[in-house]
Amino acid sequence: MAALLGISAKLTNRISTAWLNFAVLFLILLPLVIGVGLIVKSLPLLEEAPIGTMLSSSDWSPQQGHFGFFAFIMGSVWVTLLSFVLSAPVCLLAAIYLTEYSPGWLTQTMYFVIDVLAGIPSVVYGVWGVLVVVPLLADYVAPALGLSTTGYCLLSGGIVLAIMAVPYMLNMLMEVLRSVPIELKEASLSLGATYWETIKWIVLRKGLTGIIAALSLGISKALGETIAVLMVVGNVAKVPSSVFDAAYPLPALIANNYGDMMSVPLYDSALMFAALILFVIILLFNSITNFFLYRIKEV
Amino acid sequence: MQKRKILEEKFFLWLMRIVTMSIILVFVFIMGIILKKGFHAMTWEMVSQEPQGGFYFGKGGGILNAIVGSLYLAGGSTFCALVLGLPVALGMNVHWVTKTKVVNAVRFLLDALWGVPSIVFGAFGFALMAYLQIRASLLAGIITVTLFIVPVFIRAFDEVLRTVPQGLMEAAYSLGANKTQIAFTVFFRQALPGFITAILLAFGRGIGDAASVLFTAGYTDHIPQTIQDPTATLPLAIFFQLSSPIPEVKERAYAAALILTAIILIISIVSRLSTRKFKKNIL
Repeated sequence: MAALLGISAKLTNRISTAWLNFAVLFLILLPLVIGVGLIVKSLPLLEEAPIGTMLSSSDWSPQQGHFGFFAFIMGSVWVTLLSFVLSAPVCLLAAIYLTEYSPGWLTQTMYFVIDVLAGIPSVVYGVWGVLVVVPLLADYVAPALGLSTTGYCLLSGGIVLAIMAVPYMLNMLMEVLRSVPIELKEASLSLGATYWETIKWIVLRKGLTGIIAALSLGISKALGETIAVLMVVGNVAKVPSSVFDAAYPLPALIANNYGDMMSVPLYDSALMFAALILFVIILLFNSITNFFLYRIKEV
Repeated sequence: MQKRKILEEKFFLWLMRIVTMSIILVFVFIMGIILKKGFHAMTWEMVSQEPQGGFYFGKGGGILNAIVGSLYLAGGSTFCALVLGLPVALGMNVHWVTKTKVVNAVRFLLDALWGVPSIVFGAFGFALMAYLQIRASLLAGIITVTLFIVPVFIRAFDEVLRTVPQGLMEAAYSLGANKTQIAFTVFFRQALPGFITAILLAFGRGIGDAASVLFTAGYTDHIPQTIQDPTATLPLAIFFQLSSPIPEVKERAYAAALILTAIILIISIVSRLSTRKFKKNIL
């Protein structure tokens, strides 16, 4: 019996190790396969027009075969920047408060809030945006400023994205701020600095790389978000000139047009190319950010 | 000078308090709106029936097709992610524990993949479907969502496995256990709470994501019978119904959003409770 079990243990070990090696190989190849797959799919378009013109032209008329991505890229850039401007200061201040000042129960509550906020599906944020943010902007904010808007605009997208980025940014920022050695803070306090001065000159200085990395993770999150943005941002293929203009970010472009893409020549290719742009930008962005975050964790 | 310092301290302290409170308020606001609108629109019909004729013009029926479809899809892909991811997470901490560079490279890769937006996975899934000659179906949806949640599952589980003390491995080796036995009996058991959290996290991602299934899973009014049928999903049900101009149909989107949020909340609570329960067995 024992011998039998011994054999089976050896056999399971061999099978399990083989499967493990296969799975790891698969995962290592996955980004490569995704990249190659998207490139192959967007080749028909790339053969048609040079990349440079496509990225800088804002002429989007698939029926005529003109695919200019500039308006979409600008839409993505603006909505992401807007969400960053709205969420980054809030997250930074909240993270400082929660790691340096707040009572324990509040921090615990906040962890629960972060957990649930991160878990809420993006489509639910979209519903909330349509129910709350859009009417708020259209009926109150814009008229108060003497403007008119449908509410489906860049600012709505920015606000919804900012809220969606909060749990990610806040969580990372708290981790980064926690990793600042307590001895440094003690030294500063013992020299007579106030709490705030210690935070300003010691904690933020020491954690600067980590803070930048944490904030950029939030940016890349906002850049790739699809459904929630699609629902509130208006989807007009034009370079937006104010925050109350409708915009059309890249992910929304891909998601919105999958229905008609088979009927127009090169359209599917164009959408795959949009996905490729997103994939490359975000993969690069994340790799650089993670590189810095890893260095912080190791020290 | 002294006064200015105190003023600055006070100013920032209050600013930080206000900002932190505002995050909690926004959270309460979001949940409040979803609950209020959702309960208002919720009926028993919604969760117990498939769409009937004229459903999309405000007539009878429910979204049982989407609820079951979403559970199938998320369940199936969580299972696939488990089969693919469990050995990798364990292997990174047992088999290759000495090869720090390799393990760190894999971690780095998984972290980069974690951040890739689901719409890119959706587009890739679509390209893959064309290549494999399968149409929009439960199968295609499961494949896409699996690729999307595998990095999430592995990294979440891995973070917990890393905290298992090395002494346990040495003790197990000295008793004559091989790597597989150590991985699945010692490490897996030690990291069980983390495993449950990771599974639920992956499941939550899978059930809540719309962009990756938009191209791949299709949409239908029926509960899928085989793996090759197209399937409806909750996020897409919400998305499609909210864009309808008919008020009754819009109301249903709110109810569906409530159902989806409730599922996510249940997952979050179960994950917390089970973590507490299984902590007892940990050394």
